[in-house]
Amino acid sequence: MKNKLIVLGLVGAFIVSCFSACAQDGETQDNASSGKTLTVLNYGKYIEEEALRQFEAKTGIDVKYEEYESPEEMYTKYKAGAIDYDVICTSEYIIQKLIEEGEVLEQDYSSLSNYGNLDKDILELAQSYDPENRYTVPYFYGTLGICYDTTKVSEEEVSSWNCLWDTAHKNEIIMMNSVRDSFTPALKLLGHSLNDTDDNHLKEALNLLDKQFPIVYAYFVDEIGDEMISGNAHMALVYSGEAAYAMDYNENLAYCVPKEGSNLWVDSWFIPKTCKNQQAAMQFIDFLCDEEIGMLNFDYVYYASPLTPVVEALDEEIRNNEAIIPSKESLEKCEVYTAISDEKTAYLNYLWQVLKSQL
Amino acid sequence: MNKLKSQFLAGPYLVWIIGFIILPLAMILYYSFFNEDGSFTLENIATITDPVNLKAMGLSLELGVACTVICLLLAYPLAMILNNLQIKNQSFVVFIFMLPMWMNFMLRILAWKLLLNKNGVLNTLLMGIGLEPVTILNTPAAVVFGMVYDYLPFMILPIYNSMARIKKDYIEAAHDLGANSITTFFKVIVPLTVSGIISGIVMVFVPALTSFAVSELLGGGKVLLIGNIIEESFMQGMQWNVGSGLSFVLMVFVMISMAITNAFDKDGEGGTAVW
Amino acid sequence: MVGNKSVGAKATNILSKAYMGLIFLFLYLPIFVLIILSFNDSKTRVEWGGFTLKWYVECFTSETIMSAFATTLQITLISAVVSTIIGTMAAMGISKMRRNSRTFYLGATNIPLLNADIVTGISMMLLFVKFMDLGFVTVLIAHITFSIPYVILNVLPKLKAANQSTYEAALDLGASPLYAFYKVTWPEIRSGVFSGFLMAVTMSLDDFSITYFTKGAGVNTLSTMLYTELRKGIKPELYALSTILFFTVLILLLAVNYHPTKKTTAKVERV
Repeated sequence: MKNKLIVLGLVGAFIVSCFSACAQDGETQDNASSGKTLTVLNYGKYIEEEALRQFEAKTGIDVKYEEYESPEEMYTKYKAGAIDYDVICTSEYIIQKLIEEGEVLEQDYSSLSNYGNLDKDILELAQSYDPENRYTVPYFYGTLGICYDTTKVSEEEVSSWNCLWDTAHKNEIIMMNSVRDSFTPALKLLGHSLNDTDDNHLKEALNLLDKQFPIVYAYFVDEIGDEMISGNAHMALVYSGEAAYAMDYNENLAYCVPKEGSNLWVDSWFIPKTCKNQQAAMQFIDFLCDEEIGMLNFDYVYYASPLTPVVEALDEEIRNNEAIIPSKESLEKCEVYTAISDEKTAYLNYLWQVLKSQL
Repeated sequence: MNKLKSQFLAGPYLVWIIGFIILPLAMILYYSFFNEDGSFTLENIATITDPVNLKAMGLSLELGVACTVICLLLAYPLAMILNNLQIKNQSFVVFIFMLPMWMNFMLRILAWKLLLNKNGVLNTLLMGIGLEPVTILNTPAAVVFGMVYDYLPFMILPIYNSMARIKKDYIEAAHDLGANSITTFFKVIVPLTVSGIISGIVMVFVPALTSFAVSELLGGGKVLLIGNIIEESFMQGMQWNVGSGLSFVLMVFVMISMAITNAFDKDGEGGTAVW
Repeated sequence: MVGNKSVGAKATNILSKAYMGLIFLFLYLPIFVLIILSFNDSKTRVEWGGFTLKWYVECFTSETIMSAFATTLQITLISAVVSTIIGTMAAMGISKMRRNSRTFYLGATNIPLLNADIVTGISMMLLFVKFMDLGFVTVLIAHITFSIPYVILNVLPKLKAANQSTYEAALDLGASPLYAFYKVTWPEIRSGVFSGFLMAVTMSLDDFSITYFTKGAGVNTLSTMLYTELRKGIKPELYALSTILFFTVLILLLAVNYHPTKKTTAKVERV
């Protein structure tokens, strides 16, 4: 009989533990039910916390702030319907996919009081994935290029993607461990578009990358900035913002967008179908377009801001830093990624695995 | 009667198994055997025969075995040394080996990168004493190194535990009967620690076989393991069906290799089919 | 290499100490690096910018870090306690079972260990979203699920080694099952339960993938926080916090070990 006592005791302890956890959960749900909550999803370290606090103070809306590491993770979690987000910031190609899937709400963003602060050129560029600017509002943008060590590589060399195939830099080249970014130099050298999905063109690009594989030091996802700072490679394929971060710590580093052209990326805010409080979400986006808040975020994130007043207020030195604010010339030779079909994505991923299964 | 009652102690766990182990597993099975449109298919399972996947599987096996063997060779002598220290509180030993894991895995691996980098601490030391710098990072060897680092405690602990259970009398008896140290080691100590060795092998080999984080961090993305392919098919390609299919194959493979390992556990100390 | 005391050579003794030292160096070297980094007055870990204590101050004033820390502690402790209880009970049940049911239980126990973390994480997420909102509780359930196997695997061998007939004998002599458990079984499995608990804590502290997919909005643990910071540099405050955590645990451990309780396993075994 007393065997039951043990079970009872243990089950009791279990229930108590659960209860304390539920109490914790109930707390968060109470906040949600007050209706004044905004669930925001953004890249990691992509906003100045002070800005969030100011938004809360100004509007009385409680911000539930969530971060993610890769847009694919975000997409997986979003698509599973895991959390009802109110407003999300992510990369353009994921947004385009979500727009096509009918997950993004259409809004009249031009009615926002700070909409005039947005750079017309960037809005125009954004039209490649959002034709009427009715789904997204740009947040930060930048280019894909080469971060290089000026003591090891000349400016002349990095003016073409060819330098990434130069055997003189064997084991001194870092590529990105993401399919489309690493295919970019190859496609551009072959004179194709970044959004080319012709099987033969992709195979040609793969052949080129195959030749490059033996001289590549590593394919990294993150941390390329730190690798460059500590001088572990001569050249790295990176996003402009990350190059800017690295250049801040190592004065020998420089950044360049090769003449063949490259990718222009735009991270934008959008309001998903799951949004429960569209008015608050619009308020939030408008708030981020404010000049002062834009400046606050720029100082923290250090990527190119699409807000004209913010850019105009910068020192000339920063404004002319290609790694922070891309020049008009580099914008002209860059292309924005467009979403490619699932089938082509799978094919591209397969080619990528073929490339990497050489060892 | 008592036996039956005792079995009820596993009741809460049974609920847990059904709710949070079997049901999610069923999800994986569903994704493996049915296409997005809901039709039955074996295609996802068959992707394992793709040359790329086979190669990745082969490499995973190779590195997994290398890691397990190295861990065993490092851990066994250490377990003996620890055992000879006659530490009264065994939990203390467990603690010492678990403690490093309380710092995030990612942070520890990043620290290793600082040490092993081209311009890292190790190479600075090597050059300081006039030796050639070495390139360890971004090779399969670095991945094995990282795995050994990560999983070594899981080999040490079970072996140490099984060794601590050996009664001193057995060893003394062997000596009294004229066995020398080497004979005692192979005829008495090793057979009595087989179950610990097997637990260790399983606890190291399984995660090593399925790991993807270490190869991404220390292999510089140049070492493609089956774990990486599964991860990529979930995360990058959004091909859940293929990813599930491959996970299923990997699971079956692990089960089989564990059954084989277990066949060596003659004294039945583990006493079970799987463990 | 066989550190047998009867051989007694001094060389063997020194050799084994050196060997042990090397293994400890191998395991603790990265920790040492991280401790140094926590005093580094530079935002990037690859550059030494001078000695500072500011990260220690800042990690306590940062609301985000502190709330992630609190969540981590709650999840880790609750999941470790619950999984230890369920796992120990299960191990006791399993040890009494016949071969068939035991095979089933142990097979199921192995599944979370066999699957890649992402697969476990995603499959649980798919299940959870069908029945409940993601939040603190879902992370907790997930952590308990992947911790239980470690507890079972630590306790089961102890139960096997324990002399089953002693327990039965105690019952025959009129002891209640609870009393018999406490007096007979518990001392035998105590260290196994304790190491199972430790492993549960460790696994829970270290997990990223499963937590990421099962957590709800606003729930953040130290590891999910860390991973989102990878690209743009990890906050040095996290090194400081890890260092504090490490030393707190180390000191606790030493304190406990310095005043050992009367019932050490070794003594009980001799009774």
